[in-house]
Amino acid sequence: MTDAVDSTDPARPRGAISMRDLGIHFGEGETAVEAVRGIDLTIAAGEFVSVLGPSGCGKSTLIGAIAGFTPVTSGELLLDEEPIRAPGPDRGVVFQQHTLFPWKTVSENVEFGLKMRGISRAERRQTAREILQQVGLGEFLEHYPNQLSGGMQQRVSLARVLVNRPRVLLMDEPFCSLDAQTRLEMQEMLLDLWQAFHMTVVFVSHDVDEALFLSDRVLVSSRRPGRIKGTLSVDLPRPRESELLTSPEFMRLKRQALELLGATVHGQRSGTRALGGAAPQLVSLRS
Amino acid sequence: MSRPPEAALASSPALSRPLQLVRSPRAAAERGRRWRRALRSGLIGGISLSVWVGLWQLACVQEWDFFFRFENVPSPTEVVTAAGTLFENPKFLPHVLNSLQRIFIGFSVAAALAISLGLLIGRFRVASQALLPPLEVLRPIPAVAWIPLAILLFVSAEQSMVFITFIGAFFPILLNTIHGVQGIDPRLVNASLTLGAGPVDVFREVILPGALPSIVTGLSIGMGTSWFSLVTAEMISGQYGIGYYTWESYTLQNYPSIVLGMIGIGILGMGSSWLIRWGGRRCMPWFKPEANAR
Repeated sequence: MTDAVDSTDPARPRGAISMRDLGIHFGEGETAVEAVRGIDLTIAAGEFVSVLGPSGCGKSTLIGAIAGFTPVTSGELLLDEEPIRAPGPDRGVVFQQHTLFPWKTVSENVEFGLKMRGISRAERRQTAREILQQVGLGEFLEHYPNQLSGGMQQRVSLARVLVNRPRVLLMDEPFCSLDAQTRLEMQEMLLDLWQAFHMTVVFVSHDVDEALFLSDRVLVSSRRPGRIKGTLSVDLPRPRESELLTSPEFMRLKRQALELLGATVHGQRSGTRALGGAAPQLVSLRS
Repeated sequence: MSRPPEAALASSPALSRPLQLVRSPRAAAERGRRWRRALRSGLIGGISLSVWVGLWQLACVQEWDFFFRFENVPSPTEVVTAAGTLFENPKFLPHVLNSLQRIFIGFSVAAALAISLGLLIGRFRVASQALLPPLEVLRPIPAVAWIPLAILLFVSAEQSMVFITFIGAFFPILLNTIHGVQGIDPRLVNASLTLGAGPVDVFREVILPGALPSIVTGLSIGMGTSWFSLVTAEMISGQYGIGYYTWESYTLQNYPSIVLGMIGIGILGMGSSWLIRWGGRRCMPWFKPEANAR
């Protein structure tokens, strides 16, 4: 990794997130929807955390709240001890569908954050070039986003966010619409970048393998209103490579994760929603 | 451009880019296909045009008098003869230049105002609540209906004609701009915010380029309607201009010139619309609507 994009400034806030009794509602009165309820969670600076859960469980809401798009209804949400109020370049977001500007070239897209900081054209071009080389797109500076494949678009999205050296990288099912092989490549690349950039990553997924492969810790979310109903520590050695996916240790973790997810489904069916909150819950509720 | 590529190849062995042609036979085949298609559609268009002009000539020669009365209508040959002497008329060029100047001023002012207002209305609810109701009342009024009031409003006929041109262009540009702004993916705005953009940056970097394809469409339509309005205004209150020329030709019983004036209007309108589209393509290299069409 090149020095220009590696950032290890010890004085820099590192991106610790804490939530206390966090609740988020959408709408008012009778049409109000409770997306997230009573979340107590601490994410350490530099930690890689995944939130795993079924669709519509408020995972994306959580991302939106940390990004600063979604206002918090109740409780507390802090980034390095400061309440989160608005979106900012210290928290980068990558979505499932890319949000690259179609009218900007790959390089211009990546340069965007630097342009907003008033950095000269020559300098930001140089930085963009370096970071694009890092994600393997050094040859595509002058292409437009719609000329790239889905995987390449997500690489550009990552580069565009990383150029700001964010404290926190928020990813909302970013590799969901990619084919299996591209997806694995992207996951490995993400881990490299995470290690190079020393940032906290909050990764939302509904794919058990993906969450376990990437994370230090996997949080399993219940159906709406979303609550954390279980935590899995993933003590697998790093650097991780794809062979890990078939190891017995990985399989054991996967079984635990599936049981927790299954508990979500069964718990919902039998109406025992009270299960949430008390983590870790590594018991099977199937029998 | 005017000869097929096979002929070009045969006649010039030292073609400047033979490599490209040789290296990709597929691309060459594709180019050949496109050429044949263009040739075919040009041929059909040409035949159709000749048939219509032929019928027109026939009707004039036979002095057709059933429903249409061709007795006083100039024939194509008369029009062509008149066209040959067109530039001997020292007034013709000033007519054209006058019209062009009116279009240029009226259209430019309309574009500047309509795009700014459209961006505000599309982006801010307050602006839309305050500005849209009066504009909605004015919108259905055709530019022609503004002519009497325009004459009262402005000291000179020149100003009132420019104003009519402005009115003609204003609403298509405004509505398309609003539409363009409202069609912008809100996720792009959010993305720009997480990358550190301020309110002004959002406008300049996201809203304006995002609405640009729609704005260009509005400009192109507006160019058409501003010609439409101008020609009407010139016929009523002009002293110079291509519309006035056409009307004057009628009052002076110089009938072939009526058709010349009409063709002139057509060519000027078409040319200026083409200019807008060309400019739009230059500004938006990323935008490829033809990739989705057909």
